[in-house]
Amino acid sequence: MPRRSIMLLLALVLAACGTGATPTETTPPAETPAAASPSAAPAATAAPLEVTSVTTEQYPATLTIMAHDSFNLSAEVVAEFERANNVKVQFLKAGDAGEALNRALLTRGNPLADVFFGVDNTFLSRALQGDIFEPYAPQGLDQIPAEFQLDPQHRLIPIDYGFVNLNYDKRSELFRDIANPEQLPLEELTKPKFRNAVVTENPATSSPGLAFLLATIDYFGEERWLDWWAQMRDNELVVVDGWTTAYYTNFSGSSGQGPQPIVVSYSTSPAAEVYFSEGQLTEPVTGNIFPPKAAFRQIEFAGILKGTPNRELAQRWMDYMLSRRVQDDVMPQMVVYPVLPSAQIPEVFQRFAPLPPQPAQIDPETIARNRDRWIQEWTRTVLR
Amino acid sequence: MPRSSARHHPLPWLPVLRGALFALPLLFLAIFYLYPLATIIAFSFRDVGWAASGLTAILTDSYFWGVIWFSIWQAALSTLLTLLVGLPAAYVFARYALPGATLLRALATVPFVLPTVVVAAAFAALLGPQGLINTLLQALLGRQALLNLQNTLTLILIAHVFYNFSVVLRLVGGFWANLDPRVEEAARVLGASRWRVWWEVTLPLLLPAVLAAALLIFLFTFTAFGTVLILGGPRFATIEVEIYRQAVNFFNLPVAAALSILQIVITLALTVVYTRLQERASRPLELRPQAVTRLPLIGWRRRLLAGAVIALIAVLLLLPLLALAYRSLTLGGRWTLAYYQLLSLNQRNEFFFVPPLTAVRHSLLFAGATTLLALLIGVPAAYLLTRRGALRAIFDPLFILPLGTSAVTLGFGYIITFDTPPLNLRTSPLLIPLAHTLIAFPFVVRAVLPALRAINPRLREAAAVQGAGPLRVLWEVDVPIVARAVLVGAVFAFTVSMGEFGATLLINLPQYPTMPVLIYRFLGLPGVTNYGQALAMSTLLMLVTTLGFVAIERFRLGDIGEF
Repeated sequence: MPRRSIMLLLALVLAACGTGATPTETTPPAETPAAASPSAAPAATAAPLEVTSVTTEQYPATLTIMAHDSFNLSAEVVAEFERANNVKVQFLKAGDAGEALNRALLTRGNPLADVFFGVDNTFLSRALQGDIFEPYAPQGLDQIPAEFQLDPQHRLIPIDYGFVNLNYDKRSELFRDIANPEQLPLEELTKPKFRNAVVTENPATSSPGLAFLLATIDYFGEERWLDWWAQMRDNELVVVDGWTTAYYTNFSGSSGQGPQPIVVSYSTSPAAEVYFSEGQLTEPVTGNIFPPKAAFRQIEFAGILKGTPNRELAQRWMDYMLSRRVQDDVMPQMVVYPVLPSAQIPEVFQRFAPLPPQPAQIDPETIARNRDRWIQEWTRTVLR
Repeated sequence: MPRSSARHHPLPWLPVLRGALFALPLLFLAIFYLYPLATIIAFSFRDVGWAASGLTAILTDSYFWGVIWFSIWQAALSTLLTLLVGLPAAYVFARYALPGATLLRALATVPFVLPTVVVAAAFAALLGPQGLINTLLQALLGRQALLNLQNTLTLILIAHVFYNFSVVLRLVGGFWANLDPRVEEAARVLGASRWRVWWEVTLPLLLPAVLAAALLIFLFTFTAFGTVLILGGPRFATIEVEIYRQAVNFFNLPVAAALSILQIVITLALTVVYTRLQERASRPLELRPQAVTRLPLIGWRRRLLAGAVIALIAVLLLLPLLALAYRSLTLGGRWTLAYYQLLSLNQRNEFFFVPPLTAVRHSLLFAGATTLLALLIGVPAAYLLTRRGALRAIFDPLFILPLGTSAVTLGFGYIITFDTPPLNLRTSPLLIPLAHTLIAFPFVVRAVLPALRAINPRLREAAAVQGAGPLRVLWEVDVPIVARAVLVGAVFAFTVSMGEFGATLLINLPQYPTMPVLIYRFLGLPGVTNYGQALAMSTLLMLVTTLGFVAIERFRLGDIGEF
């Protein structure tokens, strides 16, 4: 009898070690030999580009990209880079944009990855002040419009951009007698007609929430923006924690079938409704509301993390991010606009995701100086 | 005479083995809890110093006092409500031979694994202004949207009962099932009324299990994150929510660390009170096999009670789950399997595409490893707590503290401590079961402890007198009695791991996505198919978890689980 209980315990120990330990062997994590990377890379350019089964073990080095949860690319686009540079590309997803950046800041000097993707212009100053990025001007940067290049030292390079603005449910009765809902001024929304009709995200916990708050500052000006929000609160504005809840639980235009016909979302969302409908829709059921200055432009940046042992490979990846191959892939995979003007955009997005005519503009310095105060004032006005 | 020789010359390696087993939980906690926690707190205060630290900032701001107070009282209310709803169910499941009890118990535990966003959607479909119940009320009474619970405390409380119901059902129910009904019968024979027997006999005997369940529920709701953030809306904040805001949105690490310390201190204080109560409540009992204690379902009184409990489970727990499954199977009012088919189709050739079965496999792999680890660490820990002595006063709270610790704080701690060999675990998938074990093993400890303390020492003495060696005593006395409690712990460890999301994402390598990670990925994009696939994946998660529970209960550590 005693022997059986010991055997049972031993079995438990072995099983615990076994299941836990197996996966580690397949992934050499951050400490990939540094020596292997830069010198080994050039040889691969000549490698045959056939799509044979290239197993992961054949690549001598690993390049690690840290990104927020929404990052995506086509499998083939990543595979092409791997083949051309003889490297395995590994991705680390590290939470939403703010969380991912904080992880990078905490590991300064001993980074988790070689390249970081996903700092946006509302977090740009925090990232630059944290001094975690190496300056590098990738190939093709001269093709990128100057308005996207917010860091003159090229520590952070623009990759894509999008707009945060109001979406509305075209089927809602509220818009039946409005001739041009796209141009509906934000002032209208404080009228009794729109009582309990708008849902927004909390800017303290959500990046689109913060982006829309910034849009209202440009739209109304520093003196009047809080008054509008106070009136909106009185008009039973609904505030939720993040985009997913706002869009899928509260918004009536999406598949969640919630109660509010107006939501703070992205200018590409109506087109995405068609794109992700599997042929069910040919026309969006939702539309954008963007009168001048009511859409905030979010630019997303990438940079090489200080302390990377794979500097040269990281630079190649940065070059690749600005190449046509990746830039063509940005819209179909991430549903945001590519920064390269010549990049391709799928037809659905060309038709239904037009750029807002006159977006809100606030420079990152001003945002950095005032962000916490604005969020606190907003919180006091709208939530308490 | 091998028997007597064993008694006189005890196995020499036994104390060594015992020492090693007891060292296991302590070592685990020291490395994977105390070390990263201490490091991140020291890191947070490094530049500002203690005097100017976040602690003074918090204690002088009435806003933070409001947050602390809200965390405490909503948790107290949630615990009370869950006990009120859960105790009758625990009784029925423990005492009556209920048809389909295993499946019902499994379904009642499923809410534990569901992501809050998905639960929010389910509740909106049921209780929202255009939800099922309002539509029904409208048809009956002819009035518009009577019920609007969105962003109310009521909805937070309903969700907390929804999530934690099974803690009472399993923890108290498991203990209750082995309680000797003859004690109650004796009291009845002596003329005590039904209520008096419950109040003066049954409840005091059950108290250790009830206290353990209450403590776990309180800590779970006290540190609630998703339910408060998503269902309660931005007007409500627990300490945990505030820590997230301060750490992630404002990158104010001193204030976040100070709030974490405060949360740990409150947890500590609570555990000390709990320990006192628990000690006073524990007494050796005559535990009996369930086959003996279980009553047949006959007579109108028993049937009525059982029916009421099943109806409650159906309305409170199953209706939201069914609403989810229903929505994953319909498109524009028609039945469809489209979302499930899309799940396994990489139509856009995405790099991060994961076939659903792969996610199922990862989830099961991590949950299996977590269950084994949590038992391996939790059961010795529970044994350690049954020993007398001053050390226990330190270990008891230590074994509960991980539940009261902020996930964000600990997560940040992990990435700044485990960054050099030999513990360069920052990007190792091993971290996932390790992190899950940290949350899961307190459940094992609290499930096993009441049963362990209830073992009548005379049973052990009797066995020893008859010549049984220490291991034989363990095997023949302890194991049969504790097996059911270990099973309860195993189910919770499995559940915690299947549904856990935050820690998994923290160290998520896209090669090892779990089912909840996949659900969140679908919910991150607009469009009907993304939402549909999230619902389909959630339904699969419910299904796989239910099957997992049934499998664990079948396994029952051999045949002895049924006692």
